[in-house]
Amino acid sequence: MTATQISDLELRVWRGDASGGEYVAYRVPAREGMVVLDAVLWVQANLASDLAVRWNCKAAKCGSCSAEVDGFPRLMCKTPIAEYGSTVSVRPMKTFPVIKDLVTDVSWNYVVNKEIPPFTPSEKDSTSSEPWRMQQKDVERSTEFRKCIECFLCQDICHVLRDHSSKGAFYGPRFMIRIASLEMHPKDILDRRPLLKGKAGAGYCNITKCCTEVCPEHIKITDNAIIPLKERMDDVYFDPFRALTRLFRRGGRPF
Amino acid sequence: MSSAGYETVETDVLVLGAGGAGLRGAIAAAEAGAKVLVVCKSLLGKAHTVMAEGGVAAAMHNVAYQDTWEVHFADTMKGGKLLNDWRTAELHARESPERVLELERWGAVFDRTWQGRIHQRPFGAHTYPRLAHIGDRTGLELLRTLQDRAVHTKGIDVHMEVTAFRLFKTEEQIAGALAYRRADGSLILYRCAALLLGTGGAGKMYRVTSNSWESTGDGTALAYEAGAQLRDMEMVQFHPTGMVWPAGVRGILVTEGVRGEGGVLRNKEGERFMERYDHERMELSSRDIVARAINSEVAAGRGGPHGGVFLDITHRKPEYIKSKLPSMYEQFLKLAKVDITRQPMEVAPTIHYIMGGVRVDAETGASSVRGLFAAGEVAAGLHGANRLGGNSLSDLLVFGRRAGEAAAAFASSSGPRPTARLDPREIDDSVAALMAPVSRPTGENPYVLQAEIQDTMSKHAPIVRDASGLQAGLEAILEIRDRAQACGTGGSRSLAFNPGWHTALDLHSMLVNAEALLRCALARKESRGAHARSDYPKPDDAMGEVNFMVEKTPDGMAVRAEKRPPMPDYLAELVQHAYARYTPEERE
Repeated sequence: MTATQISDLELRVWRGDASGGEYVAYRVPAREGMVVLDAVLWVQANLASDLAVRWNCKAAKCGSCSAEVDGFPRLMCKTPIAEYGSTVSVRPMKTFPVIKDLVTDVSWNYVVNKEIPPFTPSEKDSTSSEPWRMQQKDVERSTEFRKCIECFLCQDICHVLRDHSSKGAFYGPRFMIRIASLEMHPKDILDRRPLLKGKAGAGYCNITKCCTEVCPEHIKITDNAIIPLKERMDDVYFDPFRALTRLFRRGGRPF
Repeated sequence: MSSAGYETVETDVLVLGAGGAGLRGAIAAAEAGAKVLVVCKSLLGKAHTVMAEGGVAAAMHNVAYQDTWEVHFADTMKGGKLLNDWRTAELHARESPERVLELERWGAVFDRTWQGRIHQRPFGAHTYPRLAHIGDRTGLELLRTLQDRAVHTKGIDVHMEVTAFRLFKTEEQIAGALAYRRADGSLILYRCAALLLGTGGAGKMYRVTSNSWESTGDGTALAYEAGAQLRDMEMVQFHPTGMVWPAGVRGILVTEGVRGEGGVLRNKEGERFMERYDHERMELSSRDIVARAINSEVAAGRGGPHGGVFLDITHRKPEYIKSKLPSMYEQFLKLAKVDITRQPMEVAPTIHYIMGGVRVDAETGASSVRGLFAAGEVAAGLHGANRLGGNSLSDLLVFGRRAGEAAAAFASSSGPRPTARLDPREIDDSVAALMAPVSRPTGENPYVLQAEIQDTMSKHAPIVRDASGLQAGLEAILEIRDRAQACGTGGSRSLAFNPGWHTALDLHSMLVNAEALLRCALARKESRGAHARSDYPKPDDAMGEVNFMVEKTPDGMAVRAEKRPPMPDYLAELVQHAYARYTPEERE
């Protein structure tokens, strides 16, 4: 390879498992254009063969190599080491239980995904023999959300999941955009608002927009998915006019 | 050390691989009533299918009304230099429109024409605009749709991060597989009545590749060891445009969509050199021709500073580029600090796809071993000597479904009963082989051996090959094979998520694929499609009539030529007609 070595890098990697662990420092010869994943894989091939890390495409398309680089959720394959000084630290995502080193147990996400009712077209559409017609501007409403590569960095940064471990109460940003992609599909007819209000816990999101900040696909999770979903939900469950009529009818509490 | 016990899991159809072919096959098998278990090496949804960018080829004639399955068929055959299995190519061209529309009904979203139909973009060696797409992330859309469909289909279960190590037969038909969980190294014995391979490619045997760590050719190796025939193993595709700089990203794919959207290739003198290689189709020639052209330009000293040529799309409007090629824009900006709306990209060929693989029946995806099916990149036949862009996503859908249905039918009618006896000694031997590297952790380092395989293949089986290089490569691979039999894990005895151990186990698959490639490449004494030889620079008519089949024999790996049955008249006419419209050099 023609790459020139620029200097040595100190890569501090969190090593351990569910019972605990610590940072271990490795000296890595830094090359021009190197990303954090390159450095981790160099350590794996040369210094620590059992260093556990998930990765696949190395091109920011599969969302496997999520970790916290200097404490911030990033895709390691997309994070140039040049953005850091001579020392950089890598630790596993905090929101999910550690399996080993940088590998975490993300299976909860798959359980949640299965709970969301899938794409459901109308009876007429699903039985018609004609190819569907949709306009570009209509499909574009959901395509932004369909860019999601399921890196789960948004789930990692979301304080509801991260600091309050409320995995039973809130599906997290990833699945808000999953629901949004279905709700905004021009041919989907299912109403997922009861799910949003109930099990998905959309009300837990208090719009800090951290998820949008970490999204490697630059999906405007909060602005384009969660807020519109909250509005749709409020149309049904928090309609002020209906609340007032209910108040007068029963003398109960408006909300 | 573990006592190496294993858990036993039973299913009707076992699917190895959760990319497009595996998932489409699983859905088909489950819809046919089978109990299906999908086993994948990574997490669900991370398969290599997500890397497919340009689109899925299907003659839906939404953009060019003249397009028909006949033209798609002829394009595929011509692209494959007629080495394709013609029946496979016919089924593929006929059925892919239906499979794409079906995907849309499952929730996939494609870009639209102004009339609201699925938009189709032009691509290399496709006569008409034919690739249904969504921006430049069609593979992700396809995989996510299949993934959601599969998890909501009754009868499908998924085991993630589990790697299959060996297949077992009883009375000469497939009856199960031994696998290990990556997370903790525990073992699973799967018992099944039919098995579908959807394990993808083998690009990891090269140094510069667009493939991920997973693409170690497991399916081809498992099938070979189980006695199945492989075919066309000499045919590996170099994608013409991979990133070359910085070193860390070398090999990452630059979608053909860039050229489909009008991108042009220039050498360092600014010359649009494709004019000299394929005057008619220029940048949208077939991938083998473009890859060799780039290779020749760089070899002649007309390359850029990092050993590539320049791919330029700056004549398009920035907003157009960002909407049609969003992930390319992002990829270059982030990884190479190149703004593709203002600067050209430097690109060079990268290993991308293996046309060869398990020999399968066109209609059912059945291999030569009873109960063993294959679909997608791991199967061979559709693409012949060169694959056209967009034909792999349609391949997954058409033949994933066919193989899934056939596997389910086989399982219910003639598969072995769950009580069928597996040879306990064979299982014990396999368990011992699987655990061997952890029992000798300080044996030779698997990462070193893996790098040696990659260097050997990159050096001795490059774009343009010759007998002495291939022979030297074969000797090197056989020597590495001997050493790999005693390799360790790189030092650790741990069974918990130990990539050193996993790498040691992947070596065998890579070596089987590498050996088959080199042996077939030596046997094909001509240049055809992706297989170019400097010592036999011309195509040879007699060689064009045969495919090379690989089989395991008591004396080791055997390669033999097999003559293809002639095309029926109605298909031969389509190909003749198509050739008449193009320049003669395209036959090469």
